[in-house]
Amino acid sequence: MKAKSSETTPDGDNRSLGIVETQYYTFAEPPGIHALESGERLGPVTLAYETYGTLDPEKSNAILVLHALSGDAHAAGFHPDEEAPGWWDAMIGPGKPFDTDRYFVICSNVIGGCKGSTGPSSVNPQTGKPYGTEFPFVTIADMVHVQRHLIDFLGIDQLLCVAGGSMGGMQTLQWVASYPDRVRSAIPIATALKHSPQQIAFNEVIRQSIMADPAWLEGHYYETGQPEKGLAVARMIGHITFMSDQSMEEKFSRKLKKGHLNFNFDADFEVEGYLRYRGANFVKRFDANSYLYITKAMDYFDLSGAKLIKSKAVDTRFLVISFKSDWLYPSYQSQEIVRHLKLKHVDATYCELKSTYGHDAFLVELEGQTTLIHHFLEKTYLGQRNGNGNHQ
Amino acid sequence: MEIINNGVRPDHQVIFDMIEPGSRVLDLGCGTGDLLQLVAQDKNARVQGIELDEHAIYECVRKGLSVCQSDIESGLAEYPDGSFDYVILNQSLQEIRKVFFLLREALRVGNRVIVGFPNFAYINARFCLGLGGKAPMTPSLPFHWYDTPNVRFLSISDFQSFCTEKGFAVRKVCFLNGGKIITFWPNLRALGAVFLLSWKEKE
Repeated sequence: MKAKSSETTPDGDNRSLGIVETQYYTFAEPPGIHALESGERLGPVTLAYETYGTLDPEKSNAILVLHALSGDAHAAGFHPDEEAPGWWDAMIGPGKPFDTDRYFVICSNVIGGCKGSTGPSSVNPQTGKPYGTEFPFVTIADMVHVQRHLIDFLGIDQLLCVAGGSMGGMQTLQWVASYPDRVRSAIPIATALKHSPQQIAFNEVIRQSIMADPAWLEGHYYETGQPEKGLAVARMIGHITFMSDQSMEEKFSRKLKKGHLNFNFDADFEVEGYLRYRGANFVKRFDANSYLYITKAMDYFDLSGAKLIKSKAVDTRFLVISFKSDWLYPSYQSQEIVRHLKLKHVDATYCELKSTYGHDAFLVELEGQTTLIHHFLEKTYLGQRNGNGNHQ
Repeated sequence: MEIINNGVRPDHQVIFDMIEPGSRVLDLGCGTGDLLQLVAQDKNARVQGIELDEHAIYECVRKGLSVCQSDIESGLAEYPDGSFDYVILNQSLQEIRKVFFLLREALRVGNRVIVGFPNFAYINARFCLGLGGKAPMTPSLPFHWYDTPNVRFLSISDFQSFCTEKGFAVRKVCFLNGGKIITFWPNLRALGAVFLLSWKEKE
């Protein structure tokens, strides 16, 4: 909606959305208050979001795109002061799989985050100071219920599609579990019905590295500065899990930064330099407490058993995608989603894409995703569905 | 008898004719989905494919078909009993190791199974082996001994005995030689066959 002329794009790509703007929706303002899954209450609640393309008069072309752990509402196009486009710019825009010439694409942030939505770094109206660890625990379901308020506000009854990778995939699954009638199709990518002990273990090490930093101050560091060392290490751990053995070999091998060994504890190897660089950059753009809260929400998430498809007549069409080299969210977890869908006669397509990029593949391995998502959305939009689902 | 095919593969046409309109159909090893698309469009069927090849899956999605990536032998386990009216197993029976297990599974998730396979006892195959002394190669068995995906070498007669022995009722059968339907001496003259099976006790 906010896309301006394509001439303004930094790289001159006339297929880009151009300049876009983040918007904010606030609800549950006093005396209203929003109840969370934990039983705690939160209010007011602000959600950051962006939209691309135009909502048609029937409101039948809206797609909700959801981001991963450290993502934000800026999925595509450019912000005026930034060189890099949004995190899924390759997939969203005119002529792209999420084709903004045809669809109205919404990307919503999450509560608990630090990218414009209410989270631990927001000011607690009761104290006038940032919440810190006074912020209530939020779950993936809480994130989705808040997004539902945004979709109501935008006047959309049924979304043509909800899509996202990793934690965005969890939100996608939660959307179907909570509001099956409002989701015509769903594309969960490189995700799971629940975290395995291995995934929880990585998140725990990530949280411990933040909380072990003396600068964390039990979460009340907003006046003194955030625990940069702990947060950087946390992000370094994350980056290792996002790559694969093969992609690290291809990207770094054992290449040395200076061409020789230093015989000290500086970064000798390129892979060390890369992780340090990524860690140092991350602390400039992400709040340590949000990392704690959101990783916890992911660990709590569990739609296994009969919780994904509760009623018999779920009519949502699924495209489930996983990546061969993704060992953080291995294909067996996507196959588990498909198993539940088959069991409940829900219309499902599943494909494991060949890629060496590991979990990062959902952001960078575009060819297969482009083909699958483009055609899946097009057929869903045109109502040409042949699948063996519950629809009549 | 010649099959009027309008560009449709003869075995696809035969299978198409066996399916009642409005059915639920699962195709094991659906390839690029040509048969499923035909059945979905012209028989108003609700269809699902199982296919291993990534690029074949792209083609299916392009056609608007729902397909799950899996090998044939493990793709059935999750479906509840009676999920489909027909399960199609076309041109892949000869590549399956646990043949009886798979057909039993297919008849658990489906009420009928349609099986299409190449005939190893076709006359030219007999000449190859009997007179030429070489492993047979025919239009329906086009592979060399060293590159064939086939692990089961069966004739029409073998399959008929197998059905009798295992308790499968043959509800319909069609013998094919290219676009021709073979009536006499099919085990000698047909390149392939399509069987429509159910359990005997269900009749």
